[in-house]
Amino acid sequence: MAAQVVTAAAQHLSCPSDLVPDWARREVSTGTTIMAVEFDGGVVIGADSRTTTGAYIANRVTDKLTPIHDRIFCCRSGSAADTQAIADAVTYQLGFHSIELDEPPLVQTAANLFKEMCYRYREELMAGIIVAGWDKRRGGQVYTVPMGGMMVRQPVSVGGSGSSYIYGFMDSNYRSGMTKEECLRFVAEALTLAMERDGSSGGVVRLAAITEEGVERRVILGNELPKFFSA
Amino acid sequence: MCSSNSEWRSAEVSTGTTIIAVRYDGGVVIGSDSRASMGGVYVSSRIINKVVQVHDKIFCCMSGSLADAQAVTNAVIHRLNFHSMQMGEPPLVQSAASIMKEFCYNYRDELSAGFIVAGWDRKKGPQVFEVSVGGMVVEQEFTIGGSGSTYIYGYVDAKFKTGMTREQCLTFTTNALSLAMDRDNVSGGVVHLAVVTEAGVERQLIPGNKLPVFHRI
Repeated sequence: MAAQVVTAAAQHLSCPSDLVPDWARREVSTGTTIMAVEFDGGVVIGADSRTTTGAYIANRVTDKLTPIHDRIFCCRSGSAADTQAIADAVTYQLGFHSIELDEPPLVQTAANLFKEMCYRYREELMAGIIVAGWDKRRGGQVYTVPMGGMMVRQPVSVGGSGSSYIYGFMDSNYRSGMTKEECLRFVAEALTLAMERDGSSGGVVRLAAITEEGVERRVILGNELPKFFSA
Repeated sequence: MCSSNSEWRSAEVSTGTTIIAVRYDGGVVIGSDSRASMGGVYVSSRIINKVVQVHDKIFCCMSGSLADAQAVTNAVIHRLNFHSMQMGEPPLVQSAASIMKEFCYNYRDELSAGFIVAGWDRKKGPQVFEVSVGGMVVEQEFTIGGSGSTYIYGYVDAKFKTGMTREQCLTFTTNALSLAMDRDNVSGGVVHLAVVTEAGVERQLIPGNKLPVFHRI
C-alpha cells in the first residue's frame, strides 16, 4: 500500500478510524505478530522476533514464545516489560498449583491466571497474550487474552500489531482437521505475510509444536521464509 | 472507539470502507462494499455505491469522508468531461488519475478522502491507480484501500498472481471484499463490482447473503 499521510483534516473527524487505523496514532513499544492454532493432538504457536523502541529495533531475534509449564506456552505481545512480568508471575503461580495438585496443570488454568492478572491491572498494563498448550483432559487448546483482560478459547488466534493484516488470510485459509505439519506451514505463511506489511514485525519466524510427547521448536530464518507476491 | 449513544448524530458521514481494483490482461475488475457510517456506530446507508463512473471506461472508488469523496469525484467528472471534449477523444486513465491527484494534493489540508482510479484506455489498456489521501499517485497491478483493507493485506499478498483471467479476478475481488467486510465493522452490506474492458462496462451486485462465507470459527 502506498504511504498514507495523516492530514490535519483527519483529526477533525470525531471518529477518524476510516483512513488511518487506530494503532497508527498510538505509541507502540513492542509491535509484534503472534499466532496459535489447535490441531488434533496439540497446538502450534508462532511469533516474529522483533522488539522495537520507537524506530530502533532493540532485539531482532527475540523469543516471544515463553514456556509457562512443561506443555504450556504463552505468546507475548504489547509491552515487553509488562508481558515478561506477567509471564514470570503466572509461571510461579502455576508451578505452585501444579505441585499442590500433584499433576500437570490444565491449559485453562494457565489462561485463567493470565486473565485474572490482565483484567485486574488492565488500566496499568499493555499486554496481549495468547496461551496455548496441551493437557490430558482437553488436548490441544488455544486461549486468547487480549488487552483489557477478556479470555476466550479459539481454534486459531492471532495477536499483536501485525495481526490486523492477516485476519483475511487466517479466515480464508484455516480449516479444522489440519495436521501438525499443515498447521506449521499455515502459521509460518501467516506470520511471513504479516511481517512483510507490519513495520513493527520482522526478523525470523519462531515456531513451536506442543503435543503429549513434548515441545518441538523451530526457527525459520529470513531467507528461508515462504515467498509471496509483493506490490 | 466512539461508544457514546448520541455522538454519532454530530459525526461526519464517512465511507469506512473496503475498496479494491485488479488489472488483468484485457480489463480491470473494480469492487467495493456498500456501507456508509457515522461515528463508527451508526450505519447511515447500507447500499451506497462507492464505485463511481467518471467517464465511459474510467471508474473511481471512494474512501474516507463521504462528503469530501463525493465533492472531489464530481469535480473530477466535470473536469475530465471538459478535458475529453477539448482533446476530442476518450481520456486516458492516467489523465483521470492525474486530475484526481491535483484536487487531492492542492486541497490536502482540507480533504480527507482516498481513491482508486481504474479503467481502460486505448493507449495503455487496463490500468489501476491509487490516489491516496495526501495526493500521491501510484500505478499498480492491483490495489486495496479503505479501513477494511488492513485486514486483507495478508490475503491479497498471498493470493494475487500475475496472469489471472477475468473469472479469477472476480473471485479474488469478491473473496477479498467478503473477508474484509467480515472483520471491519465499518465495511459491509453488498458487494458492488464493475468490469471494464475494451468492449465496455459490466456492473454486478452481489447481495450479502450470496457472498462467499469464510467464518468457520
